[in-house]
Amino acid sequence: MALNLDFGAVLERWPSFLDGALLTLQLAGVATVVGGALGGVAAIGRRSRYPAIRRLCEVYVEAIRNTPLLVQIFLVYFGLASLGFKFSAVTVAALALTINVGAYTTEIVRAGLDAIPRGQIEAAEGLALTRAQIYRHVVLLPAIERVYPALTSQFVLLMLASSVTSQISAEELTAVANYIQSDTYRAFETYIVVALFYVALSFLMRGGFWALSLVLFPRRRRLGTPL
Amino acid sequence: MHTSPPATPDAVVTLRDVHKSFGPLKVLDGVSFEVPRGTVTAIIGRSGSGKSTALRCIDRFETIDRGEIRVCGHAVHDPALDLRRLRQDVGIVFQSYNLFPHLTIEENITLAPTAVKGLARAEARARAAEVLAKVGLGDKLQAYPEQLSGGQQQRAAIARSLAMQPKVMLFDEVTSALDPELTGEVLRVIEALAASGMTMVMVTHEMGFARGIADEVVFMHRGRVHERGPAAMLAAPTTPELAQFVGSGL
Ligand SMILES: Nc1ncnc2c1ncn2[C@@H]1O[C@H](COP(=O)(O)OP(=O)(O)OP(=O)(O)O)[C@@H](O)[C@H]1O
Ligand SMILES: [Mg+2]
Repeated sequence: MALNLDFGAVLERWPSFLDGALLTLQLAGVATVVGGALGGVAAIGRRSRYPAIRRLCEVYVEAIRNTPLLVQIFLVYFGLASLGFKFSAVTVAALALTINVGAYTTEIVRAGLDAIPRGQIEAAEGLALTRAQIYRHVVLLPAIERVYPALTSQFVLLMLASSVTSQISAEELTAVANYIQSDTYRAFETYIVVALFYVALSFLMRGGFWALSLVLFPRRRRLGTPL
Repeated sequence: MHTSPPATPDAVVTLRDVHKSFGPLKVLDGVSFEVPRGTVTAIIGRSGSGKSTALRCIDRFETIDRGEIRVCGHAVHDPALDLRRLRQDVGIVFQSYNLFPHLTIEENITLAPTAVKGLARAEARARAAEVLAKVGLGDKLQAYPEQLSGGQQQRAAIARSLAMQPKVMLFDEVTSALDPELTGEVLRVIEALAASGMTMVMVTHEMGFARGIADEVVFMHRGRVHERGPAAMLAAPTTPELAQFVGSGL
């Protein structure tokens, strides 16, 4: 069988691909920033003095980690609709992705927090720092530095997983590809192009995380050694 | 019944009949001693005799079951204690230096003065330079902890405590993690601190050092103060337990 590839009709639609890629990046960006913050808060919540808060954070994490992303998206989509809220597909997608990645981030950050030696916290307590100050100045950044590769992978994975939001017609990269392949009848070519877009977005995100690490971890930048 | 000695009028730290258990394990079984202002108390004793626990109780890292602890006017045994005010008056240095690895030595030292005491950054930096010079690390402001030797890290940790200008310093075997060549440099810093009039309580295994620096030695044995007196008592123990402890060369 000869492979007969013709990218002409597909590549003509490049502005649509670009729009889709941009939306994918925006979805990933929002979910990374908000979900990352949510994960940080929930990770601290899992170490709270108050059992109710610990329990709440645990339920959140387990609920998300044990259900498929697509089902979560539908739950948010139909859940909001049945409550009478009318949100665009993009908003629902962003919300669902944020909630999803927040749970995974919680577990990763928690592992980082657990790796902080008890002595670090005691030293800070001995210096009369408050709990909040200890998290902010002593615990959080080293914890994040330790799990930074895992966090990066998780957020890149989220960007790739955002393709399933095409199911509720958020017009991100995969949704765009679905239209284009049905217009052009060039499915294979379309998805080859889409795959390359995803690869480029992944590299872009990894580059972004690397640049951010230079700002967040000046010690590492200067010494190059792991914590 | 326990009879506590009369309180020394100028005591910075007072423990009276302090009891503390971890579950079924009785670790402090009626510990009493006091530390007058400007003096050095060395706590010695076998492993597991409760030395660290006694020291940690002073800074409320452990809560006690019974008894009384007063530190710089704070009632440490009182559940309503303002913990952060106590800890502004007390500096504590641990065996494992616990410098914050992601911060430079200067940042390690300026953190608490700026965050807790609200010192301006410039002022905190000046103070950091001053305390680092005091421990002989004036050139290490911009280094990270991992770039320092163990002895240097421990001295930096002492400097970090000093920057909070505590009224009393607690040391828990601060040289135990160090190679013998590096202990000397740390002990000299503590000596200088003693000479400057700092009130100190130190748990130590360095008998020679305790003898040289301590105004009073507290020998703990099975959660009690078994013998207590001027450093000279190490040369002439009155109890067989202390004699054995000193004799064993620990
Ligand atoms: N948090 C804790 N939970 C349970 N047991 C503890 C705890 N801390 C200390 N202990 C126990 O209390 C006893 C006294 O401990 P402590 O650390 O005060 O001894 P120490 O005199 O400092 O000994 P060392 O010279 O080995 O440091 C030990 O048996 C120890 O195992
Ligand atoms: Mg000890």
